[in-house]
Amino acid sequence: MSEPTAVKRRSLMTRLHLRERMRDRDQAIYGILILGALVFPLATLFITGGSTAYIAQAAHAGTWVLLAIGLNVVVGFAGLLDLGYAAFFAIGAYTYALFASSQLGSSPLHHSFHFPFWLMLILGMIVAATFGALLGFPTLRLRGDYLAIVTLGFGEIVPVISYNLPDWTGGINAIGGIDKPWFPAWITGPWAGANSISIQQDSVCRNPFAQTQFIPCFSFGFDQVAYYVLIVILIFGAVILVTNLYRSRLGRAWMAIREDEVAAAAMGINTVTTKLLAFAIGASFSGFAGAYYGASFGLVSPDDFLFVVSITVLVMVVLGGMGNISGVIVGALVIYFILNTLLPSLASNAVSLANTLGLGSIVASNGTYPGLYNEVQYSQFLIFGLILVLIMLLRPQGLFPSRIREQELKHAAVQEEGSAVEEGVRV
Amino acid sequence: MSLIDFLFYIICAAAVILLAAQAVINPTAFVQITVFGLADGAMYALVALGYTMVYGIIELINFAHGDVFTLGGYISAAILGFFAINEESFSVINLVAILLVFPVVMLIMGGINITIERIAYRPLRNAPRLAPLITAIGMSFVLEGIMFLWHGPASVHFPDILPHGLGYQTTIAGVFVTFKDGFVMATAIVLVTLLAIFINRTKLGKAMRATAQDRDAAQLMGIDINRTIAATFFIGALLAGAGGMIWGLYFNNLFYNLGFRTGLVAFTSAVFGGIGNIPGAAIGGVLIGLIAAYSDSYINSKWTEVVIFGILIGVLVFRPTGLLGMRVPEK
Repeated sequence: MSEPTAVKRRSLMTRLHLRERMRDRDQAIYGILILGALVFPLATLFITGGSTAYIAQAAHAGTWVLLAIGLNVVVGFAGLLDLGYAAFFAIGAYTYALFASSQLGSSPLHHSFHFPFWLMLILGMIVAATFGALLGFPTLRLRGDYLAIVTLGFGEIVPVISYNLPDWTGGINAIGGIDKPWFPAWITGPWAGANSISIQQDSVCRNPFAQTQFIPCFSFGFDQVAYYVLIVILIFGAVILVTNLYRSRLGRAWMAIREDEVAAAAMGINTVTTKLLAFAIGASFSGFAGAYYGASFGLVSPDDFLFVVSITVLVMVVLGGMGNISGVIVGALVIYFILNTLLPSLASNAVSLANTLGLGSIVASNGTYPGLYNEVQYSQFLIFGLILVLIMLLRPQGLFPSRIREQELKHAAVQEEGSAVEEGVRV
Repeated sequence: MSLIDFLFYIICAAAVILLAAQAVINPTAFVQITVFGLADGAMYALVALGYTMVYGIIELINFAHGDVFTLGGYISAAILGFFAINEESFSVINLVAILLVFPVVMLIMGGINITIERIAYRPLRNAPRLAPLITAIGMSFVLEGIMFLWHGPASVHFPDILPHGLGYQTTIAGVFVTFKDGFVMATAIVLVTLLAIFINRTKLGKAMRATAQDRDAAQLMGIDINRTIAATFFIGALLAGAGGMIWGLYFNNLFYNLGFRTGLVAFTSAVFGGIGNIPGAAIGGVLIGLIAAYSDSYINSKWTEVVIFGILIGVLVFRPTGLLGMRVPEK
C-alpha cells in the first residue's frame, strides 16, 4: 500500500491557490471582473437574442475604466490632483482622428493621412504624454494644489481651442468618418473566414506605405463584439502594466512622495522627475483611451471632453478607492452604470411604479406641473449629486481603499503617538 | 533676477504696451471697454472672495460656490416677484424692494451655505483630502439640479427694476455710462469694504485669520474652529448671494448652470490675486473682468476663455503665489 498523499492528484482548487485567492479581497474582485467580462457578452447575446446594444455600452464603459486606471496613477499613486484629465483624452482622440481620417485634407494642410490604428494607439499615448510633461514641467515644482489649478485651466482651454479652430478640428461639427481598426488579411485568427465574431472582410483599409492603395483586410467596422474584445484586452494590458509600475522602484517612490514629499526628497528621490513621470504616464493612458474612443465611436467632437468628463473620472477614482487598481475599476463601472443606465431609466421606472401603486394622478401633467416623467427626468442632476455626497459621507476612503495605504497610515499614526510619548519622557 | 522673473516682466510689459497702443489709437473706445470690464470685474470679485476665504481656511476648492451665487440670483428673483415692482420706470416700490431683498437674500444664502458646510464638509474634516472635494462637486450638482427643477433649462428673466432708460444714462466725453454700471461698482466697493473691516477689526475676523494661519494653534488658543469655519462659509455666501442678485439686476437673466463658468472665472481671479488673500481676490476679480473685456473687444470673444485660463496657467508658472499672495513655507 502506498502513501495516499503521495499519489493523490492535487485538485484544481489547490493548484491555483483559489481558496487563498478568494480570501484576498483584491484578487477576488479581479476574479469576478474577469468572469464578468467573459460571461457578460454571452449572456446578453443570449438574453436579447443577438442584439449587441449592451455589448456596445460595455465597450464604452471600458473607455472610462481605462481613463480611471490612468488617473489613478496620478491621483492615487503619486497624490497629485489632476482636474483637467479630459484634455489628454481629447489630445489622444484628436491625434487619432486627425491622422486617420480625411479631415486634414480639407484643412490648410491639404493632405490627409490614414495611419493604421495600432500605430496611432502608441502615437496617441506618446503625444498625450508629451503634453503632460510640457504642462507638468513648469508646475510640478510647486505645491500640490497649484497643479490641480493649472490642469483645470488646461482642461478648459483644450475644448475651446478645438471649437475655435474649425479649419483643423471641424469645430462644433466634429470630425467624422474616422478609420476603423483593421488587421491585414494575412493575419489569420478566429475572426478570419468563419465569421464567428463576424468581422467583415472588405477593402476599405489603406496600405500604410502607399495610402492611395487599398489592401484586403478584416476591418472592425461597426462590430461591437470586436470592440468589446479589444477594450477588454487593452484594459487587461493596462492593469498588468500599472500593477507592475506600482510594485516597482518608481511606484514606491510615488507612494513616498504622496505620504511626505520632503522626507522622500531627503531619502534621495528626485521628486520633480518622479512626479513628472506620474503625470506623463497618467496622461499617456488618457491618450491611449482617446485613440480607442475615436476609433470605436468614429466621431470626435469637442463636447466629449468638457470639464464634466474630468470630474466624472475623478469621482470614479475617489469613489473606487484611490490607489487601489481593482477598486478603481469597480468605481468606474459603478459610476458609469449610475450615469448611463440607472439615471436615464429612472423616469420611466418611476412612472410605471406610480401606475402600479395606483397613483396615476401624479403621472399626468397639469398646469405648471410637468408630469412625473419630466419631473424625474429633470432631477437626474440632483439625484447624481445626492448619490455622490452620500457615498462620500458613508465611505470617505472609497469603496475599496488600498490595503497597503491603510496599513501605512495606521502604522504612521501609531509611530507618531510612540514618538510623542518618548519625547514626553525625555522632557 | 531669475530668467522666469525676466520672462514674466517681458510678457507683462508687452501686454501693457499693446493695451496702451489701443488706448492711444482710440481712447474713447478704450475707456468704454474699461467701464464694462470694471462692472463685470466687480461681480467676479464678489464671488472670488468666497472661494479665497474658504480655500484660505480649509484648503478646499469649493466647487459649489458658483452655484450658491446663481441660486442667490434665482431666490432674489423669486422674492422680487412678491413686490408690485414696475419694470417700465423706476418707482419707490422698486427702491424699497431692492433695499429689502438684498439683506434677505444674503441671509438666506448664508443659511444655505452653512447647511451645506454642516452636511457635506464638516463630517469629512479629517477624511482624505479629496473626499470633501467630491462632496463639493456633489453639492454643486445638487444646487444646479434644484435650479433646473425649479425653472428648467431655459434662461430665467430677472425683473429689470434698476433705474434704466434715457433718463439714467449719460455720455461723458463720448463714453456711454449707465446708472447700472455705477450701481454695480458702488455696491461691490461697499461690500468689500465692509468685509475688510470685519476681517481686520472684529474678534471673529481675527479668529478667522488665526484659523487660516494654523488651525491647531488657533484651537489651542481657545478658538472654536467649527464655528469659525461656519462663519467663513456664511460670509462667503453673503457676498455670493449679493453677487447673484447684482448679476440679475445688471444682466436681467439667469440660467441654471451660470455658476459653473462664473465660478471657474471667479476662482481664476482668486488664484490670480493669490489664493487665500482677501484683497488679492477683490483685485484679481477686477483685473480678470478687465482682461476679459479687453480680450472680448481687441481679440475675439471666442478666445476670451483661452486668454483667461492661459493667464491662470501663466500666473502659476511665473508667480505661483499670485499677484499679492504671500509665500507660504512648505511643510
